[in-house]
Amino acid sequence: MRSPRTPKLLSVAAVALLALTACGGGDNSADAGAEGDTGRVIIADGSEPAQPLIPTNTNEVGGGAVLDLLFAGLISYDADGTPQNEMADSIDTEDAQNYTIKLKEGKTFSNGDPVTASSFVDAWNFGAAAKNAQLGNTFFESIEGYEEASAEGSTVETMSGLKVVDDTTFTVTLSQPESDWPLRLGYSAFYPMTAAALADPATYGENPVGNGPYKFAGEGAWQHNQQIELVPNESYDGPQKAQNAGVTFKIYQNDTTAYQDLISDNLDILKTIPTSDVKNFKNDLGEERSIESPYAGNQTIAIPYYLENWSGEAGKLRRQALSMSIDREEITRVIFSNGRTPAQDFTAPVLEGFDEDLPGSENLEFNPDEAKKLWAEAEEISPYNEAEPLTIAYNADKGDHKTWVEAVINGLKNNLGIEATGKPYATFKEARTEATGGALTGAIRSGWQADYPSLYNFLGPIYTEGAGSNDARYDNPEFDELLSTGLAASSVEEGSEIMNQAQEMLLEDLPAIPLWYQVAQGGWSTNVTNVEFGWNGVPLYHAITGK
Amino acid sequence: MAGYVLRRFLQLIPVFLGATLLLYFLVFSLPGDATAAICGEKGCTPAVEASLRAQYNLDEPFWVQYFLYLKGVLTFDLGVNFAGREIATIIAEVFPTTAKLAVMALVFEAVFGIVFGLFAGLRKGKFFDSTVLVVSLVVISVPIFVLGFLMQFVFGVKLAWTNPTVSGDAGFTELLLPAIVLGLVSFAYVLRLTRTSVIENANADYVRTATAKGLSRPRVVSVHILRNSMIPVATFLGADLGALMGGAIVTEGIFNVNGVGNTLYRAVQNGEAPVVVSIVTVLILIFCLANLLVDLLYAWLDPRIRYA
Repeated sequence: MRSPRTPKLLSVAAVALLALTACGGGDNSADAGAEGDTGRVIIADGSEPAQPLIPTNTNEVGGGAVLDLLFAGLISYDADGTPQNEMADSIDTEDAQNYTIKLKEGKTFSNGDPVTASSFVDAWNFGAAAKNAQLGNTFFESIEGYEEASAEGSTVETMSGLKVVDDTTFTVTLSQPESDWPLRLGYSAFYPMTAAALADPATYGENPVGNGPYKFAGEGAWQHNQQIELVPNESYDGPQKAQNAGVTFKIYQNDTTAYQDLISDNLDILKTIPTSDVKNFKNDLGEERSIESPYAGNQTIAIPYYLENWSGEAGKLRRQALSMSIDREEITRVIFSNGRTPAQDFTAPVLEGFDEDLPGSENLEFNPDEAKKLWAEAEEISPYNEAEPLTIAYNADKGDHKTWVEAVINGLKNNLGIEATGKPYATFKEARTEATGGALTGAIRSGWQADYPSLYNFLGPIYTEGAGSNDARYDNPEFDELLSTGLAASSVEEGSEIMNQAQEMLLEDLPAIPLWYQVAQGGWSTNVTNVEFGWNGVPLYHAITGK
Repeated sequence: MAGYVLRRFLQLIPVFLGATLLLYFLVFSLPGDATAAICGEKGCTPAVEASLRAQYNLDEPFWVQYFLYLKGVLTFDLGVNFAGREIATIIAEVFPTTAKLAVMALVFEAVFGIVFGLFAGLRKGKFFDSTVLVVSLVVISVPIFVLGFLMQFVFGVKLAWTNPTVSGDAGFTELLLPAIVLGLVSFAYVLRLTRTSVIENANADYVRTATAKGLSRPRVVSVHILRNSMIPVATFLGADLGALMGGAIVTEGIFNVNGVGNTLYRAVQNGEAPVVVSIVTVLILIFCLANLLVDLLYAWLDPRIRYA
């Protein structure tokens, strides 16, 4: 958000307009694309979508990556995460609570149906209504009437805050002012759907019809667990126009296998280099075919407040001591070959409003002497219960967490002299069940990947009281209050400043210990060029061309 | 004979009931809430969780869940997985691929194992025999995923004779390398079984008689030695078919084959009891049928065996 603020009218609308006018100059990838071969079908790695491809029911990356190509929301994000208008002509508000959204004229779905105000309003109502049990349900929580529609057993099917004015205009009323709300509108849950989709979502989810840069190559283009074949959607005309003849997601069970296909040129683009090849992928592929690109994600260790050792004043000191005895610099260098960057706050550096020098960020610096001192102070307040040594839980089925958890633990043992062990869970669901049920017996690793580029997305869903992912059970009314104020600020910039003030409390209290920011490590074959990764660590598929 | 086969088929009923009950119970007792797998890292609202539970009968006690599943099976409705896909469709998708892979592996191990084993047995203690023994020992002792990755790297990546991974069509040539990897360990066992058995039978009285009768060497070897040596090998191969179908998880993972093993693995992780139970039950039935076939084969291999 770099634009000057205009009084009364919210900056978001202005930014959206700016982004639109800046399109010709700023959209480098599309320009560069002209040099490559636009006739090539790009073969990309994917994972089987966990649910039918319905925007409001998709909450994981496998399905998300496909939906992002099939659909275009009101806005989309460019490579830096700056919003640009897609279907929206304007998003206006004067109080950050009442929005008027005007759509561009003449936009259609790939089957010819027009994209109207109802395509959005009906899809959002569908997503929020309890009876549809959509996994993306909570994304609509800011809209007035969400509570009634989403309550267990509710038969209310519409949210009172959504009103269609005419074919291309609708209004949204939020239950409280939220200046960063329009930023969310590029997330997949907010995509429009056709009327047929809402009538029969199961059938639609097998062969979705969208309004984005790509469409299904035909009925049954989704061969389950094998591949999903997409071709350019000619009726789409926007900033993400396809520069290739299609994208085929080849579905892999694991990254290691995909990597073998990449180095033998059977796969064009791999978005995550497997841990086992992180050390050698730059040699295998060369600088010109590999990338390390920071994205909006981080890794933390959440420590529940219901653990006696880690609560109260002594707990706070211990958390700080713990944080200071982790040598983030060394772990990111040795274990990840610099494929991560040490954390300086609770969000991620690619976000607008990120501040690396927040007061309290020194708590995230390696300082074993200070750590010992703090630990000793904590001991004076209340002695550490040795009978309940620290464990750090992680799931062993996805992602390679064991190595770094062990490294962190070694740091604690050496620098603090406390007993600590890693606690692997066989499956992700097992770890999650204990975390959401408040039944953890120790700390748990937790990562966050942004849904939309905003500081709030890293704070609200994780650290506010009662939030779904608040594994630490952090409960600080002052913090919650400050976040609400930040949301209600009249601009995103002003809001970010307040969010960062709220972060200062987190840096002091450390409900979770931030470890590092994520960096996408990817590579591509000798057959393609113009590869760029976006703010969320996903390649900009539409811009990739053949050589 | 017909009576015997009928009896064996009737035995499948308690096997089916016992297996499904046990499996369902095992998956049911896996720790963790299945809705957590559906909801993912960011979680669901309690309302969504409640409807998911109701939709997949997760709120019911074990016995109710099991009987609902059993009722479905008896009315030819296996139900759906957590992505809302028909389990019957999934089975129809993955079983042919894995069956192809397993049969190819079985043919590979049977043909090469028996041929090499026979010649090694006939040349007991000679150079060929010792070489084959050492090689088979190496194959047995190296873990399958090492062999898999090695062969994938050499033949798929470096030499590029074949693709490192198998596409959706899973054609014959594509499956060749995975099938060899899958059958490699069993190949070593078949080889050693055949060899031992051949050595034993080569000294049997009836072989000496056959030779003394003036029968040609090829006839003595093929009819009198080999055929009689096949009983332990056939037993092993019959049991192995089931093992190959269900145990291809590692190989399927390395070569990205969309087969039974991978599907089963994912279903166990998600706690999708109906999927796990359905797939494993089909595997059990295959296993039982293969065993029946082997038992019938005994009578043909050894005329002294009769079924009534």
